[in-house]
Amino acid sequence: MASIVAVIASTHHPFYYRASTATGEDRPPFADEWTRKILAFRETLTRARPDVLVMVGSDHFHQLWLDNMPQFLVGKAPYYDANWYNEEREFGLPRMLLRGQEDLSGHILRAGLDAGFDLAFSNELRIDHSITCPIITLRPEADLPIVPIYTNIFAPPLPQPKRFVQLGQSIRDIVQSWPSHLRVAVIGTGHLSLELGGPRQFGPHGPDPEFDQRAVEWIANGDLDECLREVTLDSLHSPGNATHGFMDFMLMMGVAGAGVKADYVDTLDLFHTMEAYFTWYPNGAPTA
Amino acid sequence: MSKYLLNKFLFMVDRDPELVERYRSEPRELVSWWEAECANTVLNCHTGEASTWLRFDDVEREALATHDHVKLFELGAHPFLTLTLFIALFERDNTEPLEYQKSYGARLAHFSMPYPDIAT
Repeated sequence: MASIVAVIASTHHPFYYRASTATGEDRPPFADEWTRKILAFRETLTRARPDVLVMVGSDHFHQLWLDNMPQFLVGKAPYYDANWYNEEREFGLPRMLLRGQEDLSGHILRAGLDAGFDLAFSNELRIDHSITCPIITLRPEADLPIVPIYTNIFAPPLPQPKRFVQLGQSIRDIVQSWPSHLRVAVIGTGHLSLELGGPRQFGPHGPDPEFDQRAVEWIANGDLDECLREVTLDSLHSPGNATHGFMDFMLMMGVAGAGVKADYVDTLDLFHTMEAYFTWYPNGAPTA
Repeated sequence: MSKYLLNKFLFMVDRDPELVERYRSEPRELVSWWEAECANTVLNCHTGEASTWLRFDDVEREALATHDHVKLFELGAHPFLTLTLFIALFERDNTEPLEYQKSYGARLAHFSMPYPDIAT
């Protein structure tokens, strides 16, 4: 059966690509520290020597729209074009083409449906920065086949937080039951406190540093009990109006397992939002 | 009132560079044209099929025609859609980094929790 060699949860900051590639006067003062942290984070994936990446993210009203909105969707295609005109325009993100791992997509869909998740699917999915940002930060060669999984953290009504956790737990079991010798990393991105298009956006820190601190502790310690006690669909409005993206972190806590401490934890306090990076090694940390 | 239609306008204009420019330079004309020609388009569907019932009310139409992102927030338009499009419209006028983004937030400072409902 396949093995999960790394579980990775991260914020997806669309400004990283531009900040890290800027030079001279265009290079922001925080770019060097940010790049150092990303290179260290990248090493946690590289060391795990994955063959396949399961990528959990959320479409930002690119391909998925209010006339036909799935809650959880699995891509099943041989290729995925990536990044959109408005992401080039605002963030300077490059167009990309990623290979798909259709066999694993099909396995996740079949087993997920049988496990009680009525997963939507797409055979032609253009993915966005929720998935390409971690490709850029963690695997910039973009050479590994992927299975994209989209969650709806964006267009209410949303699934409950516990449903994200349950899906994460099922994804772990399903990937581990995939009849394959391949090494799989499960990577998901979300947000800590975040405000977009509201009065608290683009402040000197994330809109709710206290929430961020608690959230990082929940994730780092795998404290799903406390996290599920504290976090509701209503409560997530308080830290910032886009904080429902935190539920993708909760999904990844489900993949990692309740009570399992992360093997790698790092954060970076930036303007607008706090960056956070976590890696778990379900089979023990790889030797160098 | 249709939060959905407000969102549909923001979504469709934002993804089309030509419409972004028309909305920046002639917002009222663009809104009128879009409501007449595009509001009832069924996206991701065969051309030639359309809805028949979608239209703005006067407040919504005026908010869009005057680039009034504060009113759009009040009406429950999706903040991500509004922000993304308005950055495309006006960030180019910045004289320092994030100037527009910060002033956009400052103009919303009178809103407190809970914010207007964005559920469609």
